[in-house]
Amino acid sequence: MKLAPTLRAPLVLGLFALAGALLVAGIHQFTAPRIADNERRVLLRGIHDVIPEDAYDNDVLRDTVTVRDPRLGTDEPVTAYIARRRGRPVGIILPVVAPNGYGGAIHLLVGILADGTVGGVRVLSHKETPGLGDKIERSHSDWILAFTGRRLGDPPAARWAVKRDGGVFDQFTGATISPRAVVRAVKNALLYFQENRERLFAESAEARAPKP
Amino acid sequence: MNAEYRHLISEGLWNNNVGLVQLLGLCPLLAVTNTAVNGLGLGLATLFVLVASNVTVSAVRRWVTPEIRIPVFVLVIASAVTAIELLMAAWLYDLYRVLGIFVPLIVTNCAIIGRAESYASRNPVPQAAVDGLAMGAGFTALLVVLGALRELAGHGTLLREAQFLFGTGAAHWKITVWPGDHGLLLAILPPGAFFGLGLLIAIKNVIDARRAGRAAQPVAAQPATAPTA
Ligand SMILES: Cc1cc2nc3c(=O)[nH]c(=O)nc-3n(C[C@H](O)[C@H](O)[C@H](O)COP(=O)(O)O)c2cc1C
Repeated sequence: MKLAPTLRAPLVLGLFALAGALLVAGIHQFTAPRIADNERRVLLRGIHDVIPEDAYDNDVLRDTVTVRDPRLGTDEPVTAYIARRRGRPVGIILPVVAPNGYGGAIHLLVGILADGTVGGVRVLSHKETPGLGDKIERSHSDWILAFTGRRLGDPPAARWAVKRDGGVFDQFTGATISPRAVVRAVKNALLYFQENRERLFAESAEARAPKP
Repeated sequence: MNAEYRHLISEGLWNNNVGLVQLLGLCPLLAVTNTAVNGLGLGLATLFVLVASNVTVSAVRRWVTPEIRIPVFVLVIASAVTAIELLMAAWLYDLYRVLGIFVPLIVTNCAIIGRAESYASRNPVPQAAVDGLAMGAGFTALLVVLGALRELAGHGTLLREAQFLFGTGAAHWKITVWPGDHGLLLAILPPGAFFGLGLLIAIKNVIDARRAGRAAQPVAAQPATAPTA
């Protein structure tokens, strides 16, 4: 059968669209579980940097609470993860944004233990300058470890700042803006936690699945 | 190896190099070459897309009429890029996270549609495959060299973060050429990419000029010898 060219062109184009869609759909089907697994693994790796893995026994990735507060640095709702041991809360993992970094927003993961001590802080993503502001990353320096074990009151509120601002946390030579943004964000997260502790730990209580 | 293939390979790797001569694909080229390994990762992804797109376009060239060829090329390239992106997310997740938006942006690399239009759509599959391989390899080589140059100047290292591409065992591949944090910051910032690329283009031109000079000499010498002959 010989088709008129006016029919043939759209038909061929349609066939290509179909073939492309089938190929992508097939590969998506085939890779989706692996990709979901990778995302989970990376998220868990991040969580274990800020809350010790052996401190909790629940399925943290499913024990979540959605919160929205300007002190978390964003107007968007964020998902916080609750760590529990035998049903009792041991800590919370809060995704926090430091909006005023040198290169824009710095995304952090802040782990806060139930008593209000910092379990750990890690940078998830940032646009700070390589060699200057990027020392906030764990892979570039130990700086971010200085938060671990601190809480509101240790140091006192006025000294929750970089040294240049009269606080206790180091800045970097020639780069004060990035550390200052991170210190502020962590302090705000602690203030937020202090005020909302009961609600945060209660709200997700229905999802107390055991660790898989 | 016949002359046709040899010609394709020298075009792709050197004479008509995508980045150095055609100056295509500069957006990813400049953006991800802050380390050699990032360059290699994006280069290989681009190479796969180039080969897949060239082979497909060449295989179907008889059915695709001129009026629909551009939308067909776009479909073929977009499907190939999406497929590569999903495969990277599944098997090279850490590298995928580092390269971020530049993997889907391979779609916008004009070199790919350029090869589809100017070569693959007019030539048989084996030649189109070799053309894709050679162009892709030339682009990859440039990304790696530029990445290595910037990494060396900026961090004083080579092959840092090799584990993203080669698995956790490769974490110790990193070579520290000079220790400490005294690198040339400019090199890893975006302007460093422009300086680096400019330098490499200049070096290529110098090499080509030397070669041309050498090749021309016997010819130039001929008039002088002619009278005695
Ligand atoms: C190109 C360039 C990039 C910079 N990047 C950063 C950065 O990422 N983080 C930072 O805190 N300061 C950065 N700075 C320095 C800030 O402009 C500012 O001078 C510094 O943070 C103030 O710290 P100081 O008072 O200790 O010098 C950068 C400066 C320049 C010129």
